[in-house]
Amino acid sequence: MNLWWKSAADFWAMGGAGYFVWMSYGALLLAVVIELIGLALRRRRALAAIEEERELEAEN
Amino acid sequence: MNWFYYASPATFYGLAGRLAPYFFLLAAVLTGWGLYLGMLVAPTDAQQGEVYRVIYIHVPAAWMSMFLYFIMACYGALTLIFNTRLSGMMARAIAPTGAMFTFIALWTGAFWGKPTWGAYWVWDARLTSELVLLFLYFGFIALANAFEDPRRGDRAAALLAVIGVVNLPIIYFSVKWWNTLHQGASVSFKGTSMHVTMFTAMLVMSAAAWMYAIAVTLVRVRSIILERERRAQWVREAVKA
Amino acid sequence: MKPRTRRAVAIAAGVAIVGVAVGLVLKAFQSNLVFFFTPTQVAGKQAPLDRNFRIGGLVEEGSVKRQADALRVNFKVTDGAQTIPVTYIGILPDLFKEGKGVVAEGKLGADGLFTASQVLAKHDENYMPPEAAEALKQAGHPMAKEKFAGQGGKP
Repeated sequence: MNLWWKSAADFWAMGGAGYFVWMSYGALLLAVVIELIGLALRRRRALAAIEEERELEAEN
Repeated sequence: MNWFYYASPATFYGLAGRLAPYFFLLAAVLTGWGLYLGMLVAPTDAQQGEVYRVIYIHVPAAWMSMFLYFIMACYGALTLIFNTRLSGMMARAIAPTGAMFTFIALWTGAFWGKPTWGAYWVWDARLTSELVLLFLYFGFIALANAFEDPRRGDRAAALLAVIGVVNLPIIYFSVKWWNTLHQGASVSFKGTSMHVTMFTAMLVMSAAAWMYAIAVTLVRVRSIILERERRAQWVREAVKA
Repeated sequence: MKPRTRRAVAIAAGVAIVGVAVGLVLKAFQSNLVFFFTPTQVAGKQAPLDRNFRIGGLVEEGSVKRQADALRVNFKVTDGAQTIPVTYIGILPDLFKEGKGVVAEGKLGADGLFTASQVLAKHDENYMPPEAAEALKQAGHPMAKEKFAGQGGKP
């Protein structure tokens, strides 16, 4: 399939609407990254809480 | 297949863990394909010029914001009717991703509206009802966490989710029922008013959004199950020290 | 924070959020459910003539006149049946074009001239490359007009 753009600069400029297009795509990228980091942190916290329980029980 | 087998958090934990990587992989592949088609191959739009390319994330995000709310409300109904444990956790796992897609739909809509309509925001029925959806997600999350007993939180939030379903047809039909600045639907059961490459790219991006939402929900529900059942014996065995 | 305080704060936050949501709905239902009035509705005295409101329709072909001081522009908004002359000082959106959809907010003068404080472009839901649009146009397909009349076009 033929590509629509003549050059990379053309692509980034988005026909003059670059600011609006990249602000949109940038926000999505940021949101996904934040969500994935949040997921990893939550899993880590959940595992840490289980360890804590285990240690508490071992002490008693 | 025994559905009740997988309705138990202990077995679902393992199933979700096995499935999630495949959905992440599918999401990545579909996103790559969709962006290639939409951003590199698809032609420009006669009316709007290149800025129309926001459609490849705006429309999938807006669809997901409504689909995910509907699924969340279905799990809410299961919680209220059968008092099942997993349904409450699934609804909680969906909510943040639903809120994320709603926010993206509103944000990308603003950055699309400015260069085309001439305004970032207007209080028309479509935009207002989508904003209400975002507040419904926030309300669900706040209510679910407002109780010491998580299962009471499940039930209270489920009630809000089920009541909030009335907002979905309002969002969808707002452009038909009332005068809005937002244009009508480009895609309906009767067909589409879009060029074929543009349409294909949008569908592929929508499929990618589905896969991403499923993957993230599965990973999140695993954390929720661990948080809830951290004293259970099976958790001790599943999570080795 | 004690669990009880935490719960109270969370419930207060929940109530506040639901309150804001209800407020937004009421705001929308009160004044903006009808986002704009068509020229026919304005002629039928359905628009609130004593305060600002929005009119929506198509920019009439050949009606756009830019004044000598460059920023003032006059044009006519039509829905096929009725037409309203509009005057506006300011920057027009890129998609403002003759024969295309427009929504203008402002006040209707006693002389029937609508003085707009904001002009927004309303585009339709068709997405196609320029060649396809040109081909449709040459086939005499009045797409924009049909689509615009189709929405919220209850008389």
